[in-house]
Amino acid sequence: MTRSALPGLGIALAILAAGLITAFTVGRYPVSLPELIDVLAAHLTGRPSSVSPAVENVILLVRGPRVLAAVMVGAALAAAGTAFQGLFRNPLVSPDILGASSGAALGAVLGIFFSLGVVGIEGLAFVGGLLAVAAVYVIGSLLRSRDPILVLVLTGVVVGALLGAGVGLVKYLADPYNQLPAMTFWLLGSLAATTAADLVPLAGPVVIGTAVLVALRWRMNVMSLPEEEARALGVATGPLRVAIVVAATLVTSASVAACGIIGWVGLVVPHLARALVGPDFPRLLPAAAVLGGGYLLFIDTLARVAAPVEIPLGILTAVIGTPFFIWLLAGMQRTWS
Amino acid sequence: MTLAGRGLSIGYRDRVVGRALDVSLAQDEVLALLGPNGSGKTTLLKTLLGILPPLAGAALIDGKPISSFSAPERARRIAYVPQSHVPTFGFTVETVVLMGRTAHGSLFSAPSAADRLVANRALERFGIAALKERPYTMISGGERQLVLLARALAQEPQFIVLDEPTASLDFGNQGKVMRELRALAAAGHGVLFTTHDPNHALRAADRAFLIRDGARVAEGGVRDVLTRARLESLYGAPVEMLTDGATGTTAFLPG
Repeated sequence: MTRSALPGLGIALAILAAGLITAFTVGRYPVSLPELIDVLAAHLTGRPSSVSPAVENVILLVRGPRVLAAVMVGAALAAAGTAFQGLFRNPLVSPDILGASSGAALGAVLGIFFSLGVVGIEGLAFVGGLLAVAAVYVIGSLLRSRDPILVLVLTGVVVGALLGAGVGLVKYLADPYNQLPAMTFWLLGSLAATTAADLVPLAGPVVIGTAVLVALRWRMNVMSLPEEEARALGVATGPLRVAIVVAATLVTSASVAACGIIGWVGLVVPHLARALVGPDFPRLLPAAAVLGGGYLLFIDTLARVAAPVEIPLGILTAVIGTPFFIWLLAGMQRTWS
Repeated sequence: MTLAGRGLSIGYRDRVVGRALDVSLAQDEVLALLGPNGSGKTTLLKTLLGILPPLAGAALIDGKPISSFSAPERARRIAYVPQSHVPTFGFTVETVVLMGRTAHGSLFSAPSAADRLVANRALERFGIAALKERPYTMISGGERQLVLLARALAQEPQFIVLDEPTASLDFGNQGKVMRELRALAAAGHGVLFTTHDPNHALRAADRAFLIRDGARVAEGGVRDVLTRARLESLYGAPVEMLTDGATGTTAFLPG
């Protein structure tokens, strides 16, 4: 069962390229491939484009930001999920295991409840995600134990449940005609409202967090071994765990703040990537990021065109993720190779 | 170089496992650690490895406390071979052995071509180079133990500490691992291993350290220390001793 990395990464890149072309060309306003190439080439070289301004607007202003956001969010969630599955030595872990999504959700519904506007809502969601994970980490460290990983996961579950209750309370108190639909829509996740202005606050944390994860790629291999073994191999597990959690939380919180809660991507994509290139993190991390970008592009395109109204992303990823997860459970006897 | 414990109290914050332990391991010798279940063998091992802080006394490398070394510095001196287990992810055998090179690289680096060379030499040394591309999760228990030995060797340490290296191996592989322990000592490594089988200590070790309820019972050359009477009192069970008339080799039988 030898696997060479290059074909696997090639397949992931091909899926991303196909996703990009599909996302730009398919939709209520169809764009042909030559038009797309012409507009992008014109934009890059600065020469005037030969296609109509309407087509140019669709590509650059309507679909462009949304496509970039989908690639970044998909890549970020997949990279964070890959890192967490290694860190927690558990292939069934997703990036929100430490409460990043529940914290962001509470931040966002509070933002909507106090009518803060888009910037305020996204800011609160981002801060909420970071605070939730920080709280989980501090509580987990105070509960000293011989198995810090298990304590961390259990603390994450408990704090997540409490934050979920907080979200429920805010929804219960919210104005059912104006605020509640907005909260429900946000919690289901969507890229429909993404504009160019959203890209900068998203790109900053995503690029920084992903860069840290990529830099630590080899140490992540060792971190996926039992705690004492990793330490005996010369890894300072405590500080390294903090670094990985901070980096993964940064990208997860930024993604959730930008487009609401999109589950399953960070759980499913790392498995697909492992099937392509194997479990070695220096190969797995880039493959998962590329594949995550392509995966979310296809899901988002489906969300736009499958029905007369936009389908929330959270629903589509669940509909696709659930059967996949069941297939995964059926294969539990096999190893996670 | 020596790896030593001086007046060691070992255990966890809420539970003292052993007290006043003195132990020392030189390079090119094999020391076997024997004792009943729960006697503190593994706790002593982890304390000498520097992954569990001593409650009192000190674990020392060449007279310097292990806690004064950084994690990579420590790992370049002492390698650990845990009881073999099946890990979560199916890394290839080569990747597992390459993990032994982690302490030789910087925080952000991945193994270099030179590291690959060292890892491959370790694989060849144990005759498992052909397994290189196989997932570590899909090889036999005996092969897995050899992979862990190769990983320890790739770490290029002075000392190798093994937790029950012959447990769950078939008869042939037990013999093979014991021969490898002798060979590692002959190559200049200090080897410390725990075992439940006094015959393995007789076969592979120069000295034996007997521990019961966290206290030293006896220590010395294996032939002097491992007697029927001592083993009976160590394990609290009858032991029979057999001697081969032709070679004079002795062996113990429980019960």
